Amino acid sequence: MNIFEKIGKKLEPTFEKGKPLHCLYPLYDAIDTFLLTPKEVTSEGSHIRDAVDMKRIMITVMIALCPALFFGMWNLGYQHFLSQGMESGFWNCLLYGFLKWLPLVIVTYVSGLTVEIIFAHKRGHQVAEGFFVTGFIIPMIMPPDVPLWMVAIATAFAVLFAKEVFGGTGYNFLNPALVARAFVFFAYPSVISGDSVWISESADAISGATPLALAMNGSMEQMPSLLDLCIGTIPGCIGETSKIAILLGAIILIYTQVANWRIMLSVVVGGLVTGALLHTAGMSPVTGWEHLLMGGFLFGAVFMATDPVTATHTESGKYIYGLLIGILAIVIRVINKGYPEGMMLAILLMNIFAPLIDYCVIHIKIRKRKVNISRHKIKL
Amino acid sequence: MRKYLGPLSKDNPILVQILGVCSALAVTAQLKPAVVMTLSVMVVCAVANLVISLIRNTIPPRIRIIVQLLVVSTLVIVVDQVLQAVVYDVSKMLSVFVGLIITNCIIMGRLEAFALSHKPIPSFIDGLMNGAGYGLVLVIVAFFRELLGSGTLWNYPVIPSAFYEAGYMNNGLMILPPMALILVGTLVWIQNSKKINAK
Repeated sequence: MNIFEKIGKKLEPTFEKGKPLHCLYPLYDAIDTFLLTPKEVTSEGSHIRDAVDMKRIMITVMIALCPALFFGMWNLGYQHFLSQGMESGFWNCLLYGFLKWLPLVIVTYVSGLTVEIIFAHKRGHQVAEGFFVTGFIIPMIMPPDVPLWMVAIATAFAVLFAKEVFGGTGYNFLNPALVARAFVFFAYPSVISGDSVWISESADAISGATPLALAMNGSMEQMPSLLDLCIGTIPGCIGETSKIAILLGAIILIYTQVANWRIMLSVVVGGLVTGALLHTAGMSPVTGWEHLLMGGFLFGAVFMATDPVTATHTESGKYIYGLLIGILAIVIRVINKGYPEGMMLAILLMNIFAPLIDYCVIHIKIRKRKVNISRHKIKL
Repeated sequence: MRKYLGPLSKDNPILVQILGVCSALAVTAQLKPAVVMTLSVMVVCAVANLVISLIRNTIPPRIRIIVQLLVVSTLVIVVDQVLQAVVYDVSKMLSVFVGLIITNCIIMGRLEAFALSHKPIPSFIDGLMNGAGYGLVLVIVAFFRELLGSGTLWNYPVIPSAFYEAGYMNNGLMILPPMALILVGTLVWIQNSKKINAK
């Protein structure tokens, strides 16, 4: 029996029903099950046995996010010192990024879990694990210097209106992390768009435009090299810059079968083809390959579009869903200069359409099979 | 008397009957147009109810909708002209939505459900209260949207400038129609949970 277990055992009676602290039981339960294996097991009606549960899936996603996170932290410090014209060592950069990231992540968890716990208490169930990943992703898709109160409001808004209103984890039809970002994007556009927000505390003279913004303004000659785009030493959100780290995460997700490779593949194909088409048509100076490497396209494809709750559930529906995300993201990027980050809007839009795609796919399949049944009967 | 107060809470046309939502989203970005809209709808709804109730026994049932539309549209044109004469700037702001009062389901609904089968005075009060119930929601939504979205109330800045210096910003999403939908949805939620608790 380790120390956590001892403390948990000791504290449990104070949260039981009838005791004054019972209203905090969901909080106790959330911490307890996060640290220790819960003692409740499924008692009846389960025919499929598997070691996987929601917590393990969520932890896998968090592990897959870690390469991008650590690189993003280092890059945050690197870009900061670069813009100040200072040389700095590896650990210094990492520490700077970590200190920028830490308040964001604390605020996100406090704000989101407060809403979750209020609802868990009202509805009398436990805090579901879903928020752990949401709260982990939100700091990775925000600009580094975003005011913390905005993060708090955006997170609370997203958890409340994108998830809890519809019944909590597993019932949301929009990705809560993206809703939080969209909230900041529409409510406070000045902190999340433009050239100056992507490098933390940059010197004024330096333009911190992301490659995406540069390309959309037509200043292709200032674009960083393809190698820089791949490694990720470019201004941007914490999560999105390094494509190599994201691919590493994608490999972990596909290998553990936590995320669906069909969605990732079709998003990439959709983006690539649309990017190439628009490039050939002369509407965009950016080629299809470069589109993939710029902005949050890959991060969205790997970690956002594959969210098992908000994506389509049918296998062939996943191809349609992914393709449309890829196509829409590039179309929004190229045609609407006001919204350079089309990935967020494309995924949110397709989240809304996912149930419709599922409905159509299922009905087409049923129609096909009905014919078979009637033929079969005639032969008999 | 209780019957007439229903539209303000438990029979609210927007929150319970989900009628007239469209204009509730469009005119609530600021408090002033919302109040003007409220008054217009109250007048149109009350007077239309009164007129229809007065002639209810002479309207042939088969053409009653046409007669109702005629009365309502006449009233709306009068209201529109008055608004243009008295509060021209607000009338500009409301633009097409004054004209669209004709198609506001609350008014047709009250004519059909109440005025056609009740005496003039109760009909008048009923129209007034339904307009007020509609307006109550409009004013609540507009209050939050203007306060959080523009930092003003009735065009007067109410959020102290010290807040802005400390880093506070107006919420641009509040100005956009989707937020009005979410606010109306939240009010519906509060209303429903009140009903469940009452049971």
